[in-house]
Amino acid sequence: MSYPTSWRPPSFFNNSFIRFGLLALVLGYFLFSYITLDADWERTSKGIPRALDIFKRMFPPDFSRWDLLLRGVLESVQMALAASFIGMLIAIPVGLCAANNLVPRPVYFLGRIFLGISRTFHEIIVAIFFVKIFGFGPLAGVLTLVVASFSFIGKMLAEDIENMRPGKLEAIKATGASFPKLLLYAVQPHILPRYIGVSIYRLDANIRHSTVVGIVGAGGIGQTLAASFSRYDYGFSLAILITIVSLVFAGEFLSNWVRGRLR
Amino acid sequence: MSLQNHQKKYPEIWKRYNPKQTLVQYCWYTGIVFIAVWSVHNLDIPWFYFLDAHLQAADLVERMIPPDWSFFPDIVDPLIETLHIATLGTVFTVFLAFPVAIISARNTTFNQVTWFIGRLILVTSRSVNTVVWGLLFVAIFGPGPVAGIFSVAARSIGFVGKLVAEAIEEIDHGTVEAIEATGASRLQILLIGVLPQVMPVILGTIIYRWDINIRESTVLGFVGAGGIGIVLYSSINLFAWHEVSVMLVAIFGVVIVSEYLSISVRKKIT
Repeated sequence: MSYPTSWRPPSFFNNSFIRFGLLALVLGYFLFSYITLDADWERTSKGIPRALDIFKRMFPPDFSRWDLLLRGVLESVQMALAASFIGMLIAIPVGLCAANNLVPRPVYFLGRIFLGISRTFHEIIVAIFFVKIFGFGPLAGVLTLVVASFSFIGKMLAEDIENMRPGKLEAIKATGASFPKLLLYAVQPHILPRYIGVSIYRLDANIRHSTVVGIVGAGGIGQTLAASFSRYDYGFSLAILITIVSLVFAGEFLSNWVRGRLR
Repeated sequence: MSLQNHQKKYPEIWKRYNPKQTLVQYCWYTGIVFIAVWSVHNLDIPWFYFLDAHLQAADLVERMIPPDWSFFPDIVDPLIETLHIATLGTVFTVFLAFPVAIISARNTTFNQVTWFIGRLILVTSRSVNTVVWGLLFVAIFGPGPVAGIFSVAARSIGFVGKLVAEAIEEIDHGTVEAIEATGASRLQILLIGVLPQVMPVILGTIIYRWDINIRESTVLGFVGAGGIGIVLYSSINLFAWHEVSVMLVAIFGVVIVSEYLSISVRKKIT
């Protein structure tokens, strides 16, 4: 018997029918999307020279209106801080209601449905509704970010509580503790590190999202950015973008440092 | 030993933190509350808007229900376009994120400079929101789904690249060393040693990002980048709230289906 001299790594799908079927599906999808996508290829091909022209107009970044920039950035950061704090507080009851080892079945279903609905819609759509109800300005932005925050933190909290070993809850219940005492002595020590870590991550994410709710008029630096793009003021746009990137970078650095200290 | 000394050394009441730690904790708490109150105060929130908020909300609900189902055939095409933007953008990301992730991982990068460049690309891509990338690409490529595909790809590179780079940094070095010992070239080491180990992470992340991208593509039309966002934006501007509610129900349905698909596929992979 002869031994093979070359070796091929095993492929991901063992059944060759599935492999070729998937390949055919993928190629068919590309063809389908190319046909149904209503793209203006002529305008797209003009994109590269357009891009070069825009980048030329973006450099050097125009920081002359730095007071407007600073005010917008400060408003964004304040929106993120306020929204994270309020979202953290609201997430506690919402997360507790969505954990099936703590609350009765109907409350659990209501909690999960509430979390699901608040997570479905993109924050711009939620921002538009809050702008309709509360008017323009940072109030609508803060409320949008509060919804985004508590849905994220609440989901993490619910999953963490459900992953808890049942022995801990049973031990505290066996001492005759009422429900608030059960929360204080069994649930709270278990979830606290993860809760604070997720909240700090959410603060950082809120700074990123606060830049975008401004596009629909909910306050923050997004409004300034959208206005500068429509005015073709690309130098100022680049200045705003650089500020946003450095702000997010600093926020992420801080958040990683604080979370490292917590361990 | 006197009674005082004994009580100090063996306290009757157990406290978890000594007084100095408690003081530091209270300083943190007051600091956080102070910052939160200062931010809320500085935002100049007009609190009287809360007085008639329930009336505005009731008015909105009244206008949105019942939804105008005759509008539904008009949104099927934009919905399909939204799915295409998300899917093609995610496919595009696959080819771009993997090289960037390779140069951003400490054990596969060439030197400090390329590592820094890779990290810089990832941070820039992650800091700027998809819709803001949409603004930029609409200015470059004109309105339409192509700008949407590029902006989805631009944001996803950062997300997928960061997670894949972290997975590459955690691979088993023994496998890579064994393949190096057979005399493989750098490319072969990557393909045969590194890639199979991080494949589950790559696939899981791509599907997770595809699910998020569908939600993001629904609003890209607000800046002109194609999909159902364009129709949604025009309906909102025309205050045609009954059409808006049809679109929201459609978006809700699409998001639920894609989330279910993504969760079931990820469960099979891991």
